[in-house]
Amino acid sequence: MSGKQPFDVDLECLDLSKHFGDVRAVDSVSLSIPQGSFFSILGPSGCGKTTLMRMIAGFEDPTSGDIQIKGRSVLGTPPNKRNVKMVFQHLALFPMMNVYDNIAYGLRCAGFSNREIGAKVADVLERVALPDVAKRDVHQLSGGQKQRIAIARCMVLDPDVLLLDEPLGALDLKLREAMKIELKLLQSQFNTTFVYITHDQSEALVMSDQIAVMNQGRFEQIGSPQHLYQQPATAFVAGFVGDANRWEATVTNCEESQLGTMTGAGHSITGHTQNPSVAGVGDKVSIYVRPEFIRVNRSGESTGSSTADTAEFHNELAGQVDSVLFNGANSRLLIRTDEHQALIEADANLTGGLDDFKEGENVTLSWSSLQTRCFPVPAS
Amino acid sequence: MTMKTVLPTVLLGVGLTCSGASSAETLRLLTWGNYAPDNVIDMFEAANPDIDVEVTLSNNEEMIAKLRATGGSGFDLAQPSHDRIYAAQLEYELYKPLDLSKIDTSTMTPSLLTGVQENTTIDGEVYAVPHLWGTSGLMANKTEAPDLTGWGDLCDPKYKGKTSMRLTRTILLGTAFDMGEDPFAAYADLDEYQAILDKVADKLIACKENIKAYWQGGDDLSAMMLSGEIVASETWDSTAYKLYGENENIVFVPPATGALAWIDTFALPRKGKADEAAYKWINFVSQPEIVTLLSASSGAIAAVNGAMDLLPPDKKAAVNAAFTDDDVANLKFFANIPPGVEDMEGKTLEKIKAATGG
Amino acid sequence: MSFKGSTRQDAKRLTLLLLFAPFTLWILLLVVLPHIGMVVLSLREKVAPRIYEFGFGNYIDFIQEPIYWNTLLRTGGMSLLVTVLALLIGFPVAYYIAKLAGNRSKGALFILCLIPLWVSDLIRAFGWILLLRESGIVSTTLQKVGLADGPVELLYNDATVIVGLVYTVILFMIVPLVSTLDGMDNEMIEAGYNLGGNSFTVMRRIVIPYAMPGIVAGCIVVFMLTAGSYLTPILLGGKNSSWFTEQIYDQFIRRYNWESGAAFGFLLLAFTSLVIWIGLKLSGQTLSSTVAKS
Repeated sequence: MSGKQPFDVDLECLDLSKHFGDVRAVDSVSLSIPQGSFFSILGPSGCGKTTLMRMIAGFEDPTSGDIQIKGRSVLGTPPNKRNVKMVFQHLALFPMMNVYDNIAYGLRCAGFSNREIGAKVADVLERVALPDVAKRDVHQLSGGQKQRIAIARCMVLDPDVLLLDEPLGALDLKLREAMKIELKLLQSQFNTTFVYITHDQSEALVMSDQIAVMNQGRFEQIGSPQHLYQQPATAFVAGFVGDANRWEATVTNCEESQLGTMTGAGHSITGHTQNPSVAGVGDKVSIYVRPEFIRVNRSGESTGSSTADTAEFHNELAGQVDSVLFNGANSRLLIRTDEHQALIEADANLTGGLDDFKEGENVTLSWSSLQTRCFPVPAS
Repeated sequence: MTMKTVLPTVLLGVGLTCSGASSAETLRLLTWGNYAPDNVIDMFEAANPDIDVEVTLSNNEEMIAKLRATGGSGFDLAQPSHDRIYAAQLEYELYKPLDLSKIDTSTMTPSLLTGVQENTTIDGEVYAVPHLWGTSGLMANKTEAPDLTGWGDLCDPKYKGKTSMRLTRTILLGTAFDMGEDPFAAYADLDEYQAILDKVADKLIACKENIKAYWQGGDDLSAMMLSGEIVASETWDSTAYKLYGENENIVFVPPATGALAWIDTFALPRKGKADEAAYKWINFVSQPEIVTLLSASSGAIAAVNGAMDLLPPDKKAAVNAAFTDDDVANLKFFANIPPGVEDMEGKTLEKIKAATGG
Repeated sequence: MSFKGSTRQDAKRLTLLLLFAPFTLWILLLVVLPHIGMVVLSLREKVAPRIYEFGFGNYIDFIQEPIYWNTLLRTGGMSLLVTVLALLIGFPVAYYIAKLAGNRSKGALFILCLIPLWVSDLIRAFGWILLLRESGIVSTTLQKVGLADGPVELLYNDATVIVGLVYTVILFMIVPLVSTLDGMDNEMIEAGYNLGGNSFTVMRRIVIPYAMPGIVAGCIVVFMLTAGSYLTPILLGGKNSSWFTEQIYDQFIRRYNWESGAAFGFLLLAFTSLVIWIGLKLSGQTLSSTVAKS
């Protein structure tokens, strides 16, 4: 391993680009994934994440840049010689083989003896908790079992990196939720680097150690789930990761990282920016506030129990409950502040008791300026 | 009976013209290529406006197979060769007797007429009258194969890979004559005939190396001969005459043992529905000017008096180039095929075909 | 209400009946009945003109005459060879069309493959004859170029027959192969490589097993078509072409021996069925898993 790396890096992409004609599918992407971590690449469809992954697997050649696995460039290495295995979107289990042969396929390619293969297959099936399915045909397995066999088929080869291309996409919601947890468990159990491609931010948030948010061929931000959620670096990240209310506003005063703004509808909102140097008075900004940070009170009621608390809530808006979206612990209120303005989402604690909010009630919304993220709108 | 009629029809996929049952005025002819050219049909229909002529082209074997498949229906007039009537009638009852009073036999060549009548009379009823006749013999390109005189010369090693023949009974009989046998006489004793066939088979299997390919029809024979791929072949005289028109070096050679002569006849299928029209056709095509047209299109000679003079000039030249009077006197008319002979010959032909040679 | 329901049911049943009627009639009239007729016909022995007896004489004749069963075996052997060649040539073509060609060229290539079907067997055979005969195009070209001293005869041998037959039947191999391979997810092939397989392994362990239904279906169709073909072997084979169908034809037409012709026809059917059965057993496939699927 090269000495300049303080920790073991399994996969590293250096300034990687892939152009299809004029289209820059992947544009100068760099990443470095430490050994044993769960790394997600999150982005909308068409953002280039699949192309990136296919380059790592060796099915596409990069236009420029380098891919290193365990510190060694694999650019000239054909896909079957790279120790990067992949779980495909539709799993690509071989329907004409049974489970045993599916898993043994890679081992046979690698030239293991039948005895070793038998032992390894039994071992990996044990580890994915499906010890008895070896003789079954693929079509006899349930969706979740197929998923685990697809992972077992790769893991039996002891790869440096396991790539997963939205493998949960085809599952129904319930199973998808269960598989999220299971995948994470499997990853920590195998202690192998997983690179997980998805457009579903909740999958990425739940499972990942690190997430790279990708948009139009570029990485917008790389960081831990909490970091991305709480401190989005760009408007795209703020909008794509988690839910958020959004306003367009103009900066009215600047005080270091604190900005005073005026929305189009004439409300003044105080917020923070991570990069004070980019916004000056008169600039346009996008403002993002997550629903869970907005406190809803009936008009006339005091905003909080303690004055210290109230001091934190720099922003206040009056409105009316437009609708109540009940979803258990994740229930929401939709609040109308002005005509012709987007409804504001706020979390609500609906217990079924008498003090639950009803449609048509007048309410006051309040939130802290610290939870109010301002991003400059690029002049276009 | 249903078995006999329906199934084989389906099996063989014999395309029958099942039309016109209602109109008695359709004449359905089952005949050879060029025996009913369009110009003759047009003239006949002009003379008999109430009769439509439909033509199905065939050969001896298929004519019999088709008539057998239908029990003798589907056609009103057939033209099998004279030697193919007797046995087929005995075995499959394909034809009905002719009413000779409705045919103008006075114009027909007496020797051919009596010959055919003798051959096709069963229980006192006559089943056929002659129409056109011709011979099977040899054809040679004089510049390349000037010495070709007998059937056996096709197997002469000096023409190795340059001769052809059609694998049918004609070549069996010709070769038998060439070997000094008389196969027609042997018809009376089938064991003797089988012995002759065995000898012929040996000879023709040995000859296989000499043969370029067995021809299937006049077209591929013509192509091989004209392109020079072969220099000599067993042939129908009509094909040879046609080639003579294109290349005067290609002539018909009556074999030394005699050219084999066939007579194509008129016979009425047993369930034919337009007998009157059929008789009209027979009399119509026996007229001198029609005879010339038919000879021109078919290359065969009509069985009418003075037929040689009625040949079109180019055919006459070709015949004169081929036949001397001696050759004509030496003609061997195919004898009636007794039941069972076709099977023996078929087996012999298969044996030759299957034998591995050059 | 119930009355209404029952009429609707009846109407449905009637529709179904009408839909199936042509098919049933077709099978019954053109397939089942003729074959029964053929078997019955084949069991008649001719003892004298117009007199027949029940018996196995026609089959006994077949067994006793080496020419017949040699020809049948030869036909079977050459048909197998044609089938193998058609598969070897057809598979890469089908693979290219289904997997490598772009979407737009795929359709065009497929049509291109079908074009020869628009020309009749006979015309195709004559085409070959024109090309390959001694005075034909290939021979003359070879002489002009100087590759041959004299005229070259390329017709009338087994190799030509096989080439001609392969050309005639290869489409029937390509079509089921393309449709099977088309249904194969590209991911499957990529997974094959990703898990460490080289091109050979991926082909042998993944693509071919996946395409097996198409391969078997194609082979069955091609074998049956070849063994039952008539024109191509006769026209291209010349003096040495012994094809079993020719013998059937001869029995029916030349020798007026329908009884033995029917026996031969039935024997050909039984023989090809047997070969296919053995082939299915050897490849571990069943009819329902192959022909029905593809």
